[in-house]
Amino acid sequence: MAAAEQASSKDKAKDKSQDAATTWHGIVLQTLKRNEIKLVPYVPDRVLTTLIKDLHADPYFTTFPTAREEEAVGIVSGAWMAGTRGAVLMQTSGFATLANVLASLAVPYQIPLIMFVSERGTLGEFNYGQALVCRTMRPMLDSLAMEHHTITRLDELEFIADRSIKQAVTTQAPVALILSPLLTGGKTFDK
Amino acid sequence: MTNAHARNTKVMNRFDLTQRLVAGLKDEAVIGGIGNTNFDLWAAGHRPENFYMLGSMGLAFPIALGVALAQPKRRVFALEGDGSLLMQLGCLSTIATLAPKNLTMVVMDNGIYQITGSQPTPAAGHTDIVAVALASGIASSSWAADEDDFERLIEQSKSAPGPTLIGVRIDDKPGTGTTRRDPVQIRERFMHGMGVRQLL
Repeated sequence: MAAAEQASSKDKAKDKSQDAATTWHGIVLQTLKRNEIKLVPYVPDRVLTTLIKDLHADPYFTTFPTAREEEAVGIVSGAWMAGTRGAVLMQTSGFATLANVLASLAVPYQIPLIMFVSERGTLGEFNYGQALVCRTMRPMLDSLAMEHHTITRLDELEFIADRSIKQAVTTQAPVALILSPLLTGGKTFDK
Repeated sequence: MTNAHARNTKVMNRFDLTQRLVAGLKDEAVIGGIGNTNFDLWAAGHRPENFYMLGSMGLAFPIALGVALAQPKRRVFALEGDGSLLMQLGCLSTIATLAPKNLTMVVMDNGIYQITGSQPTPAAGHTDIVAVALASGIASSSWAADEDDFERLIEQSKSAPGPTLIGVRIDDKPGTGTTRRDPVQIRERFMHGMGVRQLL
């Protein structure tokens, strides 16, 4: 029994380490940790499910849901000013609610707001509203001259995420990392 | 807690209450919400532990929550208007769930958007904000009956087992001063006040 438990927990540990190197969510979690990002509030998205579950399971992180994305932006902004780094997880439609808080808090106060946006609305979207709201995302980021990258490839994820987080912190500027369906598989119409 | 209860509380003044709060502070953080709330905080005497919002209406409590989570040993006060809080009522649930012991929230309730021309809020006369906070799970939520009661509730919040919300009915007076609108300087000084970095 004990041996079996040990073996099974070894397998689990192995699975985890494989996850860390070979899955997009494993790489994101490890990159957050390496950059000492401890506070991760989110408004959930189907694509982010495994990442959110693994963040909750890891005692390094303080992670919790918020009612709105801008609330999460306020929380990580306050935490950063008081010495704790954070990042916000959201979906495309949630990002679309952020224009006011980006323009009146993150950008003018020079706060290194780090956002991971799971991209819906493209590459097989089945909801027209999601497709439309997706088209507002990059123009909004560009209109505020905000740094943003769309991550499509697993082999580029760590480089882009790690460098972008470091750049956000050192230049005190927000960044949006858009997780493309090419990276995550996205959400598909299944019924 | 009913609306009738709120109506039995004294109508006070934002600047007076802010002065009373600031007079008793040492190294506590204070987050001032958009508009008159942070104007009166500024006018009560600038201190590096104060953060002044120049936008992002409704985020005083979320910003304060972030500060409270980052520095659990420091008391964090957040001052917010009723109209602002109405924009972000969901944050009360988040705060109830995380339950930081070091967070004291004050809602300045005059039932109007004073700064835009004193139009009534949709909640005016019908919604009891303290009852909303209680129902959101913030057990230590109450109306301050008068100035002495306000000071007592502030003091009591410092040893409360969870977050505290204090509702105060205020008059329709505008803010007393005007915060210097320099976001980077505000942020930089606040980080200095929080001991996170040295000033240049």
